[in-house]
Amino acid sequence: MSSMCTGDHAGDCLSGRVKRTRARTARLGVAALGMLALLVSGAVHAGFMDVINMPRGVTPISRVAYDQHMLMFWWCVGIGIVVFGAMFYSIVRHRKSVGHEAAHFHHSTFAEIAWTVVPCVILVTMAIPATKALINMEDMTKSEMTVKVTGYQWKWRYDYIEDDITVYSNLANSSRELIFDGDPGTNENYLLEVDNPIVLPINKKIRLLLTADDVIHAWWVPALGQKKDAIPGYINEIWTRIEEPGVYRGQCAELCGKDHGFMPIVVHAKSQAEYDDWVKGLKKTSEASAAEAMREWKQDELIARGKEVYMTACSACHQPNGAGIPPQFPAITGSAVATGPLAVHLDRVMNGKPGTAMAAFANQLSATDLAAVVTYQRNGLGNKVGDMIQPADVAAKKN
Amino acid sequence: MRWVFTTNHKDIGTLYLLFALLMFFIGGAMAMIIRLELFSPGLQFVDPHFFNQMTTNHALVMIFGAVMPAFVGFANWLVPMMVGAPDMALPRMNNWSFWILPFAFAMLLSTQFMEGGAPAAGWTIYPPLVLQGGAHFPFMIFAIHLMGISSVMGAINIIVTIVNMRAPGMTLLKMPLFVWTWLITAFLLVAAMPVLAGAVTMLLTDKYFATSFFSAAGGGDPVMYQHIFWFFGHPEVYIMILPAFGIVSQIIPTFARKPLFGYDSMVYATASIAFLSFVVWAHHMFTVGMPLAGELFFMFTTMLIAVPTGVKVFNWVATMWRGSMTFETPMLFALAFVILFTIGGFSGLMLAIVPSDFQYHDTYFVVAHFHYVLVTGAIFAIIAGGYYWLPKWTGHMYNETLGKWHFWLSTIFVNVLFFPQHFLGLAGMPRRIPDYALQFAEWNWVSSIGAFGFGLSQILLVIVVVKCIRGGEKATDEVWEGAEGLEWTLSSPPPYHTFEEAPEVR
Repeated sequence: MSSMCTGDHAGDCLSGRVKRTRARTARLGVAALGMLALLVSGAVHAGFMDVINMPRGVTPISRVAYDQHMLMFWWCVGIGIVVFGAMFYSIVRHRKSVGHEAAHFHHSTFAEIAWTVVPCVILVTMAIPATKALINMEDMTKSEMTVKVTGYQWKWRYDYIEDDITVYSNLANSSRELIFDGDPGTNENYLLEVDNPIVLPINKKIRLLLTADDVIHAWWVPALGQKKDAIPGYINEIWTRIEEPGVYRGQCAELCGKDHGFMPIVVHAKSQAEYDDWVKGLKKTSEASAAEAMREWKQDELIARGKEVYMTACSACHQPNGAGIPPQFPAITGSAVATGPLAVHLDRVMNGKPGTAMAAFANQLSATDLAAVVTYQRNGLGNKVGDMIQPADVAAKKN
Repeated sequence: MRWVFTTNHKDIGTLYLLFALLMFFIGGAMAMIIRLELFSPGLQFVDPHFFNQMTTNHALVMIFGAVMPAFVGFANWLVPMMVGAPDMALPRMNNWSFWILPFAFAMLLSTQFMEGGAPAAGWTIYPPLVLQGGAHFPFMIFAIHLMGISSVMGAINIIVTIVNMRAPGMTLLKMPLFVWTWLITAFLLVAAMPVLAGAVTMLLTDKYFATSFFSAAGGGDPVMYQHIFWFFGHPEVYIMILPAFGIVSQIIPTFARKPLFGYDSMVYATASIAFLSFVVWAHHMFTVGMPLAGELFFMFTTMLIAVPTGVKVFNWVATMWRGSMTFETPMLFALAFVILFTIGGFSGLMLAIVPSDFQYHDTYFVVAHFHYVLVTGAIFAIIAGGYYWLPKWTGHMYNETLGKWHFWLSTIFVNVLFFPQHFLGLAGMPRRIPDYALQFAEWNWVSSIGAFGFGLSQILLVIVVVKCIRGGEKATDEVWEGAEGLEWTLSSPPPYHTFEEAPEVR
């Protein structure tokens, strides 16, 4: 391969090669740097660089996580510069084509000890702040309020223990409608919006108890800096203290089945006063919804309302068109339950079917929503049963 | 029929390697489907349940069908030749170890066509989710059992061969490092695979025989599954990387024309990694709700395992240092391995730190980490070893120009594919989702382009391999100036039976 560089002119040939290799390397280096600069400026311009690092977040924990992350990152960059620097230097200098002859050394006890001990010392330096941070993160004492979070396939339920309110958060229909057809680009919060966001007060140490109803889920809001699994039959604890008001969005972070990517979390962090107003408002809404169930509803009113409820609560499994995904998720269109006796249909929706994926919706949906969705299923999705049920009758059944 | 009944280690090595290549493309096709769907927001091509089947099977096929069998193929071809043995200790069991695999994978892949489709709970198959699976479930469990049996039998064969059949004069500390890494890997296999078998059997009985190992309602614990699985799972990832370390430790000294730096240290480092690999498993489960003491213990042990790994990297650099390097394709892949595996190691060290791991866990940051160590790590080492030993095995030099094209295209595209996934994870994108929020669109687009490029580039690998098998410039016995070891004393290709008389080892 380097047969040209032997004999009388070997010396000239090698130095010529060295010069040409160096010149070529220099040109390649400049070209590479130029391309890199072009790429980086293009990326910055196109908004790529906004989405490149962990957020600092708005809680003491999120900031600690960020600081630990950046500390480790810079350590790794430093070690990388040293190791890769040595490698690149060696690749350029210690190559046969520039005439470098191989040395023969192949061991050094001093080097082995040095590059074992020094990394150990570096690791201890890294471990000390990490340990302190973790001890603080796992300290659940002195919390000021508690919210129990339950993961379901595929939604979240929040029970505020002290204020005695319950919120179910489903992926909002305005996102759901865009998943298969439609342009997600038209919805700024695509897949990160829910029908009922939760509100948490700022500057309060809030304890979140996590559990699940069916499979393992995980609750995660990056801006809050905490993530923990929600495990059926067990209760996990995390705490958060949100220090800035705002809207914080997160997602389920443990594979939980087909709609794992479609059960987001939206937290509105507000002042204590605004939070108290929200609690009052929710209690009024539940009273109002109890009241609205008492009036007489027309069939087309129920069907219109039922279509929205169906989209939110049923379409994930039974599909927007009612075809289902048999055998696990039966079709609604032409089904024996949805076209048969109304009482059976209502019972299935309210109480679920044990041993299958069909959950009980009696506690998740109001009497009006239950009446609406049952009426819709019987008169839409290709069914034409013709009957309907009044919310008042459903309310009576609930009690 | 030669190929069905062969007990020859060279034939069986070839069978494993070709099987692994086929599985690499099948797993790769699934990856292409995944990246195609993730190309832009919205679901354009597949539904979420099918997407989960793809992510699950992509991993199962790549781990158990591509990476592990490829390394076993290298072991079969090389271990007997490197220690001066005529064949593996148990040649008939060797045949069966291989032939179990096509059956196991036919079974696993056939589940795609069953009602409800293939497994869709991730390759980690956590309960309770996996217990919601349908018809595929028992076939998946049985396939995993078969793969485990194949691995354990192969491992036993390797241990017995290395311990008993080395040529006189080849003491343990004179063996090539590749043999050492396989000896240690074989012990890891024997220890870890039965644990997986236990875990999946408990899943089977929970589903069909009314046990409650992992059901809280019945008094069991879903988290116990995770402990058992990862007690297997962590040694498993070292099973997938130690032979890669061995391959790279053979290649770099050859092309640097300089002996491996710190041979003894490399052996001890490999053994330390193997030992430590048993006490780090819960770093895969930091968010599960462990007591603080547990989180701290596993954080410390996981950080500690970086030390022997770093020692190996330093030793490789010291081998290069003041060598006389040339950059044929095996060396290019081996050097890319060192750099890119180290980058994967950096993200691994970051993942070890629990407070920040809470932000990384189950995000694309983890996906980026393990693909760096497995693709630019294990797979690049496999490819490097393929280029390195193909001339010995076939008697022909492969086409160096095509090899270099394959290298540069693969290296550039693999980084376009996986580097942006660090950003996606840090910015908050969870893993195992078929669709994502708008802020993740740009980097997903970039990553998918990298995927298509990387996938297409592997066609070059097939072309190189097929051309080399069929013909090419005749290879010498030594093949590479600077190559050391008993395999290079044999002809290229070697005779069907070699070292029927033990060679002399000084």
